[in-house]
Amino acid sequence: MLERTSSDPVLRLEGLRKNFGSLTVTDDVTLDIMPGEMHAIIGPNGAGKTTLINQISGIIPPDGGRIVFGGNDVTALPPDARALSGLARSFQITSILPGFSVLENVALAVQARDGSSFRFFGRAADETVLNAEAMTALEQAGIAERAHARAGELSHGEKRALELAIALAMKPILLLLDEPMAGIGREETERQVELLLRLKGQVTMVLVEHDMAAVFALADRISVLIRGRLLMTGNPADVRADPQVVAAYLGEQLE
Amino acid sequence: MSTTLFLVQILNGLQLGVLLFLIAAGLTLVFGVMDFINLAHGVQYMLGAYLAVAFYGLVGNFFFALVLALAASLLFGLLLEFLVFRHLYDRDHLDQVIATFGIILFLNHAVRVVWGAAPLTLPVPEFFTGSIVLMSGLLYPVWRLVIIASGLAIAAGLYVLVTYTRIGMLVRAGATNARMVSALGVNIERLFMIVFGFGTMLAGFAGIMIAPIISVEPGMGDNILILAFVVIVIGGIGSIRGAFIAALLIGLVDTLGRSFSVDILRLLMGPSPARMTGPAIASMLIYVLMAVVLYVRPAGLFPTRGR
Amino acid sequence: MSGVTLAAPKAKHAVAVRRDIILPALIFAIFALLPAIAALTAKQYLIDVGARMMVFAVAAVALDLLVGYAGLISFGHAAFIGLGAYAVGILSAHGIGEALVALPAAILVSMLFAWLTGIVCLRTRGAYFIMITLAFGQMIYFIATSLAPYGGDNGLTIAARSTIAGWPLIKSDRAFYYFTLLCLLATYVFCRALVGSRFGRVLRGGKENSVRMATIGFNVRRFQLVAYIIAGGLGGFSGFLLANLTEFVAPAYMSWQQSGELIVMVILGGVGTLDGGLLGSAAYLIAEEWLSGITENWKVIFGPVLVLVVLFARGGLIGLGSWLRRRVAHA
Repeated sequence: MLERTSSDPVLRLEGLRKNFGSLTVTDDVTLDIMPGEMHAIIGPNGAGKTTLINQISGIIPPDGGRIVFGGNDVTALPPDARALSGLARSFQITSILPGFSVLENVALAVQARDGSSFRFFGRAADETVLNAEAMTALEQAGIAERAHARAGELSHGEKRALELAIALAMKPILLLLDEPMAGIGREETERQVELLLRLKGQVTMVLVEHDMAAVFALADRISVLIRGRLLMTGNPADVRADPQVVAAYLGEQLE
Repeated sequence: MSTTLFLVQILNGLQLGVLLFLIAAGLTLVFGVMDFINLAHGVQYMLGAYLAVAFYGLVGNFFFALVLALAASLLFGLLLEFLVFRHLYDRDHLDQVIATFGIILFLNHAVRVVWGAAPLTLPVPEFFTGSIVLMSGLLYPVWRLVIIASGLAIAAGLYVLVTYTRIGMLVRAGATNARMVSALGVNIERLFMIVFGFGTMLAGFAGIMIAPIISVEPGMGDNILILAFVVIVIGGIGSIRGAFIAALLIGLVDTLGRSFSVDILRLLMGPSPARMTGPAIASMLIYVLMAVVLYVRPAGLFPTRGR
Repeated sequence: MSGVTLAAPKAKHAVAVRRDIILPALIFAIFALLPAIAALTAKQYLIDVGARMMVFAVAAVALDLLVGYAGLISFGHAAFIGLGAYAVGILSAHGIGEALVALPAAILVSMLFAWLTGIVCLRTRGAYFIMITLAFGQMIYFIATSLAPYGGDNGLTIAARSTIAGWPLIKSDRAFYYFTLLCLLATYVFCRALVGSRFGRVLRGGKENSVRMATIGFNVRRFQLVAYIIAGGLGGFSGFLLANLTEFVAPAYMSWQQSGELIVMVILGGVGTLDGGLLGSAAYLIAEEWLSGITENWKVIFGPVLVLVVLFARGGLIGLGSWLRRRVAHA
């Protein structure tokens, strides 16, 4: 277990609700994410995990409830404002800028926090400060050697690593990871897990994942989402043993 | 400002609205279901008018000419779909805009080559000539009433079709999420063709009906196309109901605005400045209306796409 | 290790820059030599045609900024040309023929209109945006036709070309030609710088993946609005030049057909290249001159050509050039 630097949650969800027509996708979710922890959210497909992440990052507005980030109510804030206050995310379906180089993808993330972007002159691609910081993030994510490749030409696993590099370059307070292991092989999954283990404690993370081995290797606490509702939150051992969770979800997973 | 004049202009506004609806309905369906921007919809309206004149010249009877022109309109529309539009469904909007713009250029000048640039006319069918007395002092052209009536009938028919039939349900589903409909096993190509053909016929019908009371000339579809765009943007892309309400609204606002802008402004300023700014403000009216609606509801009044 | 990998792109970049400059340098060289060619071949009308190409190239390059780099398909760009032209026309009608007044007026009016309409247009997405820009362009067109004191439908003749600081420096066709060349060069250089700048990078990123850009921390709409205003101002600049070229302003300058022709110029040249704006306006006007000599109804031919270009030659002339270069390289 990690030392808590403060007792205030980094992220607090209060009674979050979201409906698509008559379908309830987020059902009165209340959750605290504590500083420095690696908090996993698991649940069967269709449980509403990605929708929850989309509401936290600001892409979808909730129909009810509050989102409090770092003590501030951000429920009405657009995603760019939340990003600038320290909220970074990776996407389940890879979302990068395929026409740009890998380096520029990350350099843009650095640029967002480096003074004004309303500069009309001077080649942005040549800015050494931005590029150096971008390289650092790429090294952390393990794909520095692909810095000058076109992002669209990367392999799937490399693209996932790029997603992570972009998020890291934002020097986030909270990192939302939406199924980072999705669709990548055994070896790359191990590398991702290693990387995330190294990051543990430095940045608070919320991890949505299906890969149970990775979840149990990484998570400090696990929340279980079933049909939009939070079934329970607890440490890995408790979650694993809970009969409701096993019945609803883990039972299938562990076969 | 007399009551009679006011009532006449309301009727004129309704007539314009109904016409706009006929054109906008096809446009919004094609857009909603196929995500296809069809700038060439205006020339299909124009073609309807030209075909009506041409067939009338051959058969001498308006109603035979109407049926023939409708059929020819449909055929031509399907031909266009097969040759050009089909290849553009997967392309981005820029490609669709340029290609359909090219078709406008082609057709506007092709009719010039075939029929000459001079405006053509079509006589009002015998039974419907002249005006009738609607109330004391109010004389209104019969044919305009026919247009209004037929437009409303078609609107009602479309409503029944879209709400109560299976095809209608598919169209509504397609307007919300075409990919899903296709994934459910519906022959999406055939649905597209039906939607497109139907839209073409509506536009052609509008052109045929309006031909007796305006001059049929190259480019007649251009201005009405833009009005139709304003209609579907305000109404919500993909929504027939939205197109109907917005079309009537625009028809009324535009007609009443043009007729009475000078008079209304005269209440606020002197007669001379009113006469100078009146027409300018009248022409701005529907665009300001559009801007206001979109500022408050960027997806129109009745958007069909969820989320 | 970082030092080595960062240096690698710089060398590649230098080569790319040199290749990048060849085409525009060539185009500007041809424009610069055109008056001499016109004198040698005794074809004075070439100066007029060339000036026309350059005037529309200013607008086309600005439009490419929006369409090719910001991903905003504006179908109302001619409105800015018209506003700029009418600024010159209306001021001239009131006795003010000075460029130092008319040019800033033209640009400011266009930027104001771009700002006011941009706020509304940019609240919408995709196809809505195209239709709304079309509608706003039409609105300005109708306002112009109803301006009876300024010629209404028929337009307005301008007494004389603008004076610069009181001097009739651009009165002669040749002088005006070189003035326009300088204006086009300045516009092109400005847009090139813009595209590679921080601002341009955000625009380009927004075009590729606006959701990603938002979650990185960019309010893409705000950048798009600024781009829209800049493009509008450059459109007004083009209008100032057009009014001076023809010494006439008419509502036709801002018809939606004119807006369509501008987009065609951008596509013909090659979207998203800026050079395409230069090539496309030249190609379109050449086609117009040549084909209208064959038949008055040349658009009957040009319409299908456009369709074919969209279906088979999507990258325009520049795309065609790259394709040819690749085939030659592999031959």
